[in-house]
Amino acid sequence: MGNPMKIRAASKDGVTEVKVLVSHEMETGQRKDAAGAIVPAWFITELVAKHGDKVVLTSDFGPSVSKNPYLAFKFKGGAKGEKVTVTWKDNKGDSRTDEAAIN
Amino acid sequence: MIRRLMKTLVGAAVLAAFAGGVVAQDSKVADELAKYREALADGNPADLLEVKGEGLWAEKRGPKNASLEKCDLGQGPGKLEGAYAALPKYFKDTNKVMDVESRLVHCMVTLQGFTQAEVTKQWFSRPGKESDIEALVTFIGAKSNGMKINAPATHPEEARMAKMGEYIFYRRSGPQDFSCSICHGQEGKRIRLQELGNLTTKEGAGFAMKTWPSYRVSQGAVWTMQRRLIDCMRQARWPEPAYLADSIVALETYLQKTATGTVMETPGIKR
Amino acid sequence: MNNQRRTVLKSGSGAALLGMLAAAGIITPGMALADWNKAAFDAKSMADTLKALGVAGTTDSKDVQVTGPDIAENGAVVPVGVASTLPNVTMVAILIEKNPNALAASFVLPEGTEANVQTRVKMGQTSNIYALVKSDGKFFMATKEIKVTLGGCGG
Ligand code: HEC
Repeated sequence: MGNPMKIRAASKDGVTEVKVLVSHEMETGQRKDAAGAIVPAWFITELVAKHGDKVVLTSDFGPSVSKNPYLAFKFKGGAKGEKVTVTWKDNKGDSRTDEAAIN
Repeated sequence: MIRRLMKTLVGAAVLAAFAGGVVAQDSKVADELAKYREALADGNPADLLEVKGEGLWAEKRGPKNASLEKCDLGQGPGKLEGAYAALPKYFKDTNKVMDVESRLVHCMVTLQGFTQAEVTKQWFSRPGKESDIEALVTFIGAKSNGMKINAPATHPEEARMAKMGEYIFYRRSGPQDFSCSICHGQEGKRIRLQELGNLTTKEGAGFAMKTWPSYRVSQGAVWTMQRRLIDCMRQARWPEPAYLADSIVALETYLQKTATGTVMETPGIKR
Repeated sequence: MNNQRRTVLKSGSGAALLGMLAAAGIITPGMALADWNKAAFDAKSMADTLKALGVAGTTDSKDVQVTGPDIAENGAVVPVGVASTLPNVTMVAILIEKNPNALAASFVLPEGTEANVQTRVKMGQTSNIYALVKSDGKFFMATKEIKVTLGGCGG
């Protein structure tokens, strides 16, 4: 489930730049809590971005991607008003999808 | 008198030790760190809290199953634009000068029916434990972006708080005989690589106040102004006041008054 | 900052089932994800990571750039980017030599997506960062050292 992502997509000269900020703890499995117990690994493993139905980026993450992962990339095409959709899955099987319109 | 003077000298020496020498050779390092922070500004992790705060503001919660949409932050019920920039402010209904955090807590208690203890239990986040207050303040703060800080403390109660804040700012106390002004009362002071800023001028106070709440990279978390100031009291080796204490609201009133006229730019990125 | 629409399409519906299966021990979380390259992410050294990624050999290339600050104030959040002017880039990966597991992230770029990806990684200590790029089926690398003033592996 998690909290909403923040997705920005802007097209310029035929190229769309996408910036995604994801709300996720990205626990490495190495951190100890206040009581000294290891906090289990909990991190996004896969993140897929689509423009309409077309996949424009597939990412595999390990636990050393920072908390609240940030991702920026560019793809050819994309017009104002069209949708960019981002889906992530984590190692506990949780997932979430958000979308934004290109502007 | 002599004891007082001794303490002053010790305090000054401590600060000189902090600030001396390193300045020139480390200015390149400071430039690199500024670049680092800039790289994080686009996609400031605090932006996620803003989105979360927006959701929390509208969500029906608490024993009264109510949203915060009728919360009056000083501009009328539900009016968020410019509210942060005009706080702290005197409120008739509580007969108190309140900052954004004390007013928000007041709304969560009166509108949503939470107890004060429930609301303030997690007033700041820890790893794995988020804070609703942080998210809500980040959201409220951003609703003042592009607007000028406007807290001239003209109401007599506000003026009284600003005076009290100014008094605390300059007053030396604690085991090191520190005051806020020792660290923040001059131009160009630093502790190691951190520029401290002169909070007694409009420029200095404005530069600081316009960016809070801020994402602190060293903490990996957003800090509200309450947290910033309570931690500075700790740095001054003073006893730490309770969350929402009058002394903190007084300091905020003084600082916001000094910063009045500066355009808001939150959430910021800080060390 | 506030004016874009954010619509939640679905949240964890299909994932809930996977979660249940995982909780029941029927499938481990790693297995639930078809293509996540566990061997590559579990590998410790650079060499083992490259092997797990199926990389036989790499060439250093000036046409691959690793971007990032010279100094990071907090190793928990280090902005890094990989860009390349090489043709037909289909894969990009970021490796951090001195992290417990070298591989931080890998990206598959379909046709039309530029070889220009930025993200943020954790670094336990000062280290070389490597960008691995697959162009026309061959692997190229570039590196940059990033100094860390505060380690980032505590979370
Ligand atoms: C021992 C020195 C010291 C004392 C005393 C001190 N501070 Fe600070 N203050 C700091 C440091 C260090 C920072 C953080 C600077 C940084 O990290 O960039 C800071 C930051 C701040 C900021 C945020 C500045 C900005 O640019 O955003 C404010 C506001 C502030 N202090 C107010 C106060 C007040 C009010 C007091 C008195 C209660 C006080 N400080 C006492 C050292 C001190």
